[in-house]
Amino acid sequence: MSGTGPILELRNVSMHFGGIRAVENVSFRVEPGEVVGIIGPNGSGKTTLINCITGFLKPTRGKVLFHGRDITGMPAHKVAQLGITRTFQIMRPYHSLPAYKNLVVPLCSPRARRTGGWRGGGRHGDRDTVALDILEELGFERDSRVPFQAAGTLPTGYLKRLELGRCLALSPEVLICDEVFSGLSASEIASLVPLIRRINEQGLTILMIEHRLRELFQVARRVVALSYGEKITEGPPEEVTAHPKVREAYLGSEEEGC
Amino acid sequence: MDIVIYGFIQSVALLLMAFGFSLVYGVSRLPNFAHGALYVLTGFVAWAFVNRAGWPYPLAVVGALAVAGLAGLLLYQLVLKRIRGMEMSEVIASYAIGLAILEGLRWWGFRGGTHALPTVSDGVAFPFDVPVDHQRLLVVGVGAALLVGIWAYTRFSKAGLALRAIAQDERAAMMLGIDSDRTGMLAVALGSALAGLAAVVIFPLGSIVIEEGYKVLIYALAVCVVGGLGSWVGTVLASFLLGFAQYVTVAYGKPHYQMVVMLLAIVVTLVVRPSGLFGRQKSLEERV
Amino acid sequence: MNAQPQRRKERIDRGIKARAETIYALSSLEELAYLLGPRLLFIVGFLALPLILAPWPYWHRVALSVCVLGLVSVSFDFLANQVGLVSLGGAFFFGVGGYTAALLNTAWGLPPVLAIGLATVVGAGICAVLISPCLPLRGIYFAIVTLMYPLLMTRIIEAADILGGTEGFRGIAGFSSVWTEAYGLILGLLVGVFGLRRYLAEDAGLVIRAVKENDQSVRASGISVAGVRFKALYLAGLLGCFAGAYYVHMYRSVGISAFALDLSILPIAATVIGGGGTLVGPVIGSLILVPLSEVLRDFGSLRIVVYSLVLAGFVVFRSEGILVFAARKYQQFERWVEV
Repeated sequence: MSGTGPILELRNVSMHFGGIRAVENVSFRVEPGEVVGIIGPNGSGKTTLINCITGFLKPTRGKVLFHGRDITGMPAHKVAQLGITRTFQIMRPYHSLPAYKNLVVPLCSPRARRTGGWRGGGRHGDRDTVALDILEELGFERDSRVPFQAAGTLPTGYLKRLELGRCLALSPEVLICDEVFSGLSASEIASLVPLIRRINEQGLTILMIEHRLRELFQVARRVVALSYGEKITEGPPEEVTAHPKVREAYLGSEEEGC
Repeated sequence: MDIVIYGFIQSVALLLMAFGFSLVYGVSRLPNFAHGALYVLTGFVAWAFVNRAGWPYPLAVVGALAVAGLAGLLLYQLVLKRIRGMEMSEVIASYAIGLAILEGLRWWGFRGGTHALPTVSDGVAFPFDVPVDHQRLLVVGVGAALLVGIWAYTRFSKAGLALRAIAQDERAAMMLGIDSDRTGMLAVALGSALAGLAAVVIFPLGSIVIEEGYKVLIYALAVCVVGGLGSWVGTVLASFLLGFAQYVTVAYGKPHYQMVVMLLAIVVTLVVRPSGLFGRQKSLEERV
Repeated sequence: MNAQPQRRKERIDRGIKARAETIYALSSLEELAYLLGPRLLFIVGFLALPLILAPWPYWHRVALSVCVLGLVSVSFDFLANQVGLVSLGGAFFFGVGGYTAALLNTAWGLPPVLAIGLATVVGAGICAVLISPCLPLRGIYFAIVTLMYPLLMTRIIEAADILGGTEGFRGIAGFSSVWTEAYGLILGLLVGVFGLRRYLAEDAGLVIRAVKENDQSVRASGISVAGVRFKALYLAGLLGCFAGAYYVHMYRSVGISAFALDLSILPIAATVIGGGGTLVGPVIGSLILVPLSEVLRDFGSLRIVVYSLVLAGFVVFRSEGILVFAARKYQQFERWVEV
């Protein structure tokens, strides 16, 4: 969008809980339009890092820059209003509301009112229709009952898409996905991959936290590897997976597991 | 020296009033809002045993404590057990039961300042040259005995250890075969008996009035909130903090402000630091 | 397993709801009447109440008390079941509204209508601002802190001897006629109840319900949770303050009893009995509780015992409340089917 610099930049971000160093001195940059993956074994601080970027946690040290502007410690709803949205690893739908009403909520936010939300449809016109449009794009059959079902009754696959939809409704610049593939079957993932690619092609910068490396590498061209809260390395997927420390910390254990 | 001695006594009295509430919440996460009502109930039951049934005073006290314990047990079995885990229902139901007990006693005819329990002795002692009547010394003695007793009970007896285990992590304790329902019942009964104990040692200092029930609930809430809900160490320290604060307001300000201090302590603590001074929970848990 | 009965009860919705909650497909006048009937009954019933009760001034007064308590109860229901903030301090709204109206009327000489209007708008603002620091709290913590607010007001007024001290204010202007008094209040109640219901059906109300279900998602959607809650608190305050202000002008005096416990616990009982989350249920609950409490007036504090026990009973047996039950019966067929 504006200028040429990185859209998102982390400078020496650390997050400590008491004596526990969940994230330690992590720095990296994300260029506009990129898809960047963050990998690391369980407990390596990936979700904490996301919380630091999106304002759900205030980093102990370090800076988060968005378009070169310091957004460290900004409250979560302000960060979202700037255009950085996230999904939750543990899905957080509004259980009793119908699925499409789940998307009307973000369409009511000040950002959606200003920018019109997804494809500008929310500025004028009916928010319900826009919500249904988004759901259709995400694979909810419009003529079925699914979009009108209470979100609490939907299966995991739909809930994951609903999480994505909630982010897209804001027409964000950066989309951060916290393990969208986890808990899904291979065929469900297979249908999600092109969807994420399409979202990226529409101009969104995407940051993906993922355990499923094979699927991640189908979309991400650059990967940051974390272990015990510290960045081990970053680079193209092949390079990162070849890195001895990554193999030791992450892939080694996965090979044993599989 | 007056301040130190009387502030100390006031603090121990507060601790006695609050400890039952703190114990129940600490062990079973049950907010027993009928606490103040059980306190007043015990006072009236003891009074009735002495003046109506003509029992000797020590027997009346033991009987009243048994009634308090039984009332707690019934409260758990009939009410709290069914709504365990639904925090707001627990608050509203126990509060309503407390209200029913207090207003029921008022309707029954226990009103005005005409009911009083006898003091153990009318003598006065002079610790550090400050005149203190024997009843107040008893309050301190019982408070100290309570602390030592609870400490020993939860350290060395099997049931006490189970209480502590549940207080730490209910789910884990259940997996290890501790029956959370039974400990919940035990905790509420014990907490009610403790409210009763506070009543029989503190009521002789004045007369038994219904309004004390509301007051004791607020005092207990104040102590527990300032100390951190569920923290026993916090409860002890907060009693002293608030006890001295109360005594100082009475001695140097208007007695009317005594309650204002307690209420403000609750509001300010919850706004500034909801987990209290010594709360174990992370602040994230009770905040958004 | 074979001992199990081979029949079970089946419940079928009457088919006038299309797809989603608020969209109806009406195909006949009959269905329109079916949909609007209960609402009209409620509205017309309340509007007719003063006319019916005109020969009995005492019960006329009681009917107005129903409206006052109904307003406070709706305010509780809205906060507890729609916003997710269980407040034990309904008396705070009531008292602030009452005192504000009393001050406006006695000090500035505003006529009742203006004093009530201003006290509603300003009073709700005062309440919302004073309670706003507690908004991040939830569950039992919010309940405790709100229980303290009215008590704190009472004690401060007593101790500092401000706002008329324990005496309060007397000589507040009354209404010009019995009819303005009655219909002003009833209109206030109807506007309050149906206004809130309308608001909740709008997108703004949707956000409020979303906050209750999942505040983290709302934050991630770029909406300030504190802001939404503040707005909701203000709306609840409007109802409570209006009730308080109106009551003060009805009885032409105000004292610290405006912050009394009764006004905090009765609305909860009315809501639980009438059916929480419906906004109309609390009014039905008041319609039962207030006359009951009048009948028991001669027995002194026994009436508090009665409604406390009823409240505890409803909570313990997790009753859904009268209105929710009635609505279900109204909207569903039930029949036994072979399994």
